[in-house]
This record gives sequence, C-alpha cells and structure tokens, in this order.
Amino acid sequence: MELTAKERMAIERHGMAEQPPDLRNRNFEEVPYGYTPEEAVAEAQRCLSCKKMPCISGCPVEVPIPEFIALVAEKKFAEAARLIKTKNVLPAVCGRVCPQETQCEGVCIRGKKDIRQAVAIGNLERFVADYERENNLMEVPRIKDKNGFKVAVIGSGPSGLTVAGDLIKLGYEVTIYEAFHRGGGVLVYGIPEFRMPKKIVEAEIKALEDLGVKIFYNSVIGRLYKVDYLFNIMGFNAVYIGVGAGLPIFLDIPGKNLNGVFSANEYLTRSNLMKSYLFPKYRTPMIVGKKVAVLGGGNVAMDSARTAIRLGAEKVTIVYRRAREQMPARAAEVHHAEEEKIDFRLLSSPVEIYGNEEGWATGMKCQRYELGEPDESGRQRPVPIKDSFFEFECDQVLVSIGGQANPLITSTTPDMKVNKWGYIEVDDWGRTNKEYVYAGGDIVTGAATVISAMGAGRRAAKAIHEDLMKESDETISAGVPKVESAS
Amino acid sequence: MFELIEKSEIFNVHKMVIKAPEIASSIKPGQFVIIMGNEYSERIPITVSDWNTDTGTITLYVLELGISTLELARMKVGDSLYAVTGPLGVPSEIKNYGTVVLGGGCYGIGGIYPIAKACKEAGNKIISIIEARYSSMFYHEKELHAVSDQVLYATSDGSKGKKGKVEDVMGELLEAGVKIDQAFFMGCTQMLERCSEATRPYAIPTKVALNSIMLDGTGMCGACRVSVGGETKFACVDGPEFDGHKVDWKGLNQRKSAYTEQETIVYQSYSH
Repeated sequence: MELTAKERMAIERHGMAEQPPDLRNRNFEEVPYGYTPEEAVAEAQRCLSCKKMPCISGCPVEVPIPEFIALVAEKKFAEAARLIKTKNVLPAVCGRVCPQETQCEGVCIRGKKDIRQAVAIGNLERFVADYERENNLMEVPRIKDKNGFKVAVIGSGPSGLTVAGDLIKLGYEVTIYEAFHRGGGVLVYGIPEFRMPKKIVEAEIKALEDLGVKIFYNSVIGRLYKVDYLFNIMGFNAVYIGVGAGLPIFLDIPGKNLNGVFSANEYLTRSNLMKSYLFPKYRTPMIVGKKVAVLGGGNVAMDSARTAIRLGAEKVTIVYRRAREQMPARAAEVHHAEEEKIDFRLLSSPVEIYGNEEGWATGMKCQRYELGEPDESGRQRPVPIKDSFFEFECDQVLVSIGGQANPLITSTTPDMKVNKWGYIEVDDWGRTNKEYVYAGGDIVTGAATVISAMGAGRRAAKAIHEDLMKESDETISAGVPKVESAS
Repeated sequence: MFELIEKSEIFNVHKMVIKAPEIASSIKPGQFVIIMGNEYSERIPITVSDWNTDTGTITLYVLELGISTLELARMKVGDSLYAVTGPLGVPSEIKNYGTVVLGGGCYGIGGIYPIAKACKEAGNKIISIIEARYSSMFYHEKELHAVSDQVLYATSDGSKGKKGKVEDVMGELLEAGVKIDQAFFMGCTQMLERCSEATRPYAIPTKVALNSIMLDGTGMCGACRVSVGGETKFACVDGPEFDGHKVDWKGLNQRKSAYTEQETIVYQSYSH
C-alpha cells in the first residue's frame, strides 16, 4: 500500500526507547534499546524518496540511503543491511556513533524546518544491522579468487577494518597487526560499552576472520617490525597505516601532574579495554572520583563524564571553553549527558588545579570566557573575561582536549613524509609519498570520526587495488609471471 | 602462543622463560614487554633480561607485587600467557663509553644483563654492581659474570659483598679513583634516585630505567608520564631510560602510589 507524500509528512519521527536516566546511570548497558520492526517500518515510511537525495552526498561513504529505507518499509530488513554493506562495512557501528545530525540527517529534506524531524537514518541503519546479526542472517560475501598479493594493515580500528574487508573481497591476502590484545581500536578502548556494545565489534571482527583476514594481536609495528621489514622480509606488496589516536595533550597549567589528573584516553582505556568497571574481577584498577571535572566538549569528554557517573561519582562537571552549540560532540551524547545530570560549565577554562599535601587533586580554578569574533574555523573565538574566575572542588580531573600524532611508525619510517604536526601526508586516495604505503584515519587527519576514518579506508583500498593491479598488468606485459610467490 | 617454557623462583622474583619468537628476534637491550597472564589481568610492563633467537624464547624476571603478578607466579610450565606485547621502548644507547657501571636491584639484577652484554661487546670495561637483602636473593649471576669485568655485591645484612647498597659500593670505587664514564641503573625507584644522587657530584652521565605505571605502552594514554628536565615525557615511548639527574623523583613516586588502595582491595579479595 503506497503512502502519499502528505501521509508520509504526517508521521512524526520515532525516537528510540531508552533506559531511563536514573537507571542507566548505574549500569553499563546500552542506552537506546533499538527499534521494534514496527517502529522501523513506520519510521521508514517517513522518507519522501525525494529526487535530490541530499542524504547520500551528506554521507562520507555515500550509502544509498533512500534505497535501503525503501527496503525497510517493505520489511526487507536483511536485504537493507546488505545494501548498506556495499558501501559501509560496519553499519551496526555507524548507526550508533556517526554524527548523523551533521551528515545525512543534517541535510534531510524532512529536517529542513526542524532537524529533530529529519528521517532517523542512523536509527534505521542500526536496526537493520542488528536485525541481520541477531537473526544470524549475515551472509558471507562472495570473494574473488586469490590474486597473490599480500597487504598488511596496521591497526584494527574503523579504517583498518574497512581496508581489510574491501581487499579480502577483491582477492588479496590481508594481515592485520593490532597493538592491543583485542581488536577494534577506538571501538573497544575508547567508546564505552553503553554506547558501543563490544559484542558487536567482536561480531564484525569475526566476520572478517571468517573471510580469511588474519589478525595478529600484541603487535606494535614500528617496534616489532618496521614498515620496510614488512615489505622486504615479510613479503607484503602494500602496507596500510591506520594506527589512530596519538599522544594525549595535558593542559599546561599548575597541577597538571597531580594524582587524580588523567588523560581521558587512560581513563577510558582502563574502563573499556581493560574492563575496570568490572573491577576486581578484571584486575586493572580504576580511581573513582567523588567530584569529577572533565575538560573538553567532544565525544571523548561526554564518554568520560558518563563513565564517571556510572562508576559512582557524586558530581561530574564538564568544563568547556566555548558555548553549547559549538561542542564537537554528537548531539545525542550531549543530550544523554544532560539527562544523566552532568553539570556543564560552558565558556570556562581551567587555569589551575589545586592539590593537597599528598599530591592529590582537590579543586580547580577556572576563568570565564565570552564569545568574540569568528576564527578561521568559522566558530566564534572564545575570549577570556578579565578578572572573572570561579573555583570548585574536584578530586579527579579527566583531560579530553585532544592529542598529537603518535610517532611510533613515522619516526621509524624516515622516508615517509609527515606534516609539521607529525601527521602522515597523503593524497586524496590515501597514498603516502612512500611507494605502496597508504594511510588513513586519525594518523592523517588528527582526531576525527569513525565514519571519516572508514571513508579514508575505503578510498585507500581502491588506491591499493588500482596500484597493485597496474603493477600486475605491467609485469604481465613484460612477460614476467603474473604473481611472484611472496616469501 | 606465549607458552611458559621454564619457570623458577628466587624469593619473590619469578624467572619466566616464554616462547615468543618474533619478539626474541627483534628485541634490543633496554627494551621491555607488556604481559597479561590471563584475560582478566592488568597489562604489566616487564624488562626483558635475556632472549634466544634459536629457541625463540625471552626471559623475564617478574617481581611478585600485586594480584596480577601473583597470578603470573602461579602459572605452570606448559601454560600460556594471554598476551605478550613487545618489544617496547627505546633501546639503550650502546657504544664505547670507556668504563660502564651497571647497577641493578630487584628485577634489575637480571634487567641490566643485556645492556652489560652489549656494552661489553662494544668494547667497554663493565663493572656490574648488584644489591639484595640477603646473599640468597641474587640470580642470573653466572651470565652477568660472563659479560662483566667485575661483579660487585651489596647486601642489607652483609651476607655477600659490602653491607649496604649499590651506591655504597660505587662510592668506594669513586673514592679509590676509578673513572666511570657512564652509569646505568635499574631497580626500584628509591634505588634509582639514590644512585643518581651518588653520581651527580661526579658528573657521571647517568641513565635510569623507569618503571612507571603503564597501560597501552604505545604513548596513547599518558599514564606513564614523568617530568624530565621540566618536560613531560612518556616512559613507554620516550623511555624507559632517562637522564637520572633530570628526573622529577618526587612527582614520579607520587604517581606510582596512585593505585595503592585499589591494589590492596583486589589483593585481599583474592582467594588464596
């Protein structure tokens, strides 16, 4: 039964049922429960299948959004998931962590007047991916015959997994080297369980392994093997570098090295990767502050603040230099944090962390800011207000103000170009200046999103395929056997 | 993977020889690994004291100190460790310094061995000084003797060598006019600080291998940060060796004590 545009317009957006804030702030279960099939169909019917399809160009990997939504409306959920996977190998992940409000949903025609009425594309993506997985409908995709080329992927985060998934299907032998004892990169060490259940990441990695991707854990490239070693000794034909987040930055203010002052990376890695939220069953200890200050306004800051609340902090305060509208965090995360009674001290920046005689943090002094002229990024620049300070008590400070490039690989690969901040320089397709070495994700762009890293991975996989096939053609025309056995 | 091939106990230090061929063939003196006994363990940084590329093994001396190291100590030959990551850290700078003193205590008795060996091969005169409470707590001595021109001992009870510490033995050498061109120290933080203070008046270049709390070992978390000469350094990627005369010892000790309370809780919760 075909709905008219008017009928579609009359349907209100379906929110996802969620754990109530006063329940979820004491557990690590996922916050939204997910759609029921009925809700998904009803939400899908809201899509007008407009001609312009702005959502597709709003998506960094150009998922055929109206098409998959039409399949949802026809209750063809698994088919919808498979269609998404032709462009995005990790829909269950992206449905949860993409900043849809600045991408597909941000340009949806139904959200023109009120962004909150855009079609819930992210929710639908999550629903179909979960439906496919939970009902064991995941299909093993067809894989081309092995082409004899070996590709090493450094890092098993979103970009590395994308490269591996794309290349294994094209017939490459793919080996991932992961520094940690678990795969998934930021999806396992950074994003908490309540936002990104680890069983989903595990399922995605298992699916890749089923396709034949080999994963070596506990392997820190740059130390264990250098990039040249991967080519010369291990016989790889191409190397993709997707090592992600770098070294945390600590504010250069008095008290920065007091006990109780953590990088958000450390705090989240303890809780997520090492599962200290299940201490002492898991042995890695975690310091649980009573009054916690979180510095920064991104997703990592929200994750840290919401982890602190769940671990039993009495009060959590986010301190951010700019205003609420300028926070880089996903809108849903800021909203969830507010619901969980996290306090926001906006237009404020710390100038000193106070400590006691034993060297533990006890409080913080902040300066108030106001918004001034726009800076190069177009955002209004925060300007300190003279002599306007305030203080508050805190026994734990979680610093989430970004990072700098990790030098482990770049410093041991001197012939690969980096920019003045130490990030790897690449062309539009992820090619570095070093032949057959490609890079993508945070080690190229600095801290960004899961989906942009996946987009970079997708482009690099194309480039690797193109470059190696070209080489293969050249060897054929030169009368040399097509494939050398790599040993 | 990571099978435990050999194990023995010297008081509270456990010798663990582990199958890890990739690490054995790429590790250099001064580097360390991060290990987990089982999937619930902490990630513990441990200096690699020896390795053998033929057998594909690495030798660790693990000080039993908390729950995760206790669980490692309970492992048996034939068991496998859950994770061994490495090599990590910047290798020691090996060159011909002249006369090199290597001071080791606790796990550092074994830990200084690869540095001593490589320095010896680089043509240095090697004086190894090791300390323990009692004479029966020394280990890895035969190997250390083989690469040292002199091995000197210090014990708290005077049961072997000089009654005292590494810096007392070194002090005697200096008073006797021995010229030391480079010193390396490895052991507990108190020992590293004392030894660095002992070489400072003589302006002897001094490297200390720090054992700060670590998590990932790749520079990502900053747990191991330490102030060296006023700059924030990460022991896992910038170290573990630093100039002992520039380390902020007070700050380091303070950070190392951060988890004492939690460590006690988990230790007490362990059913022995």
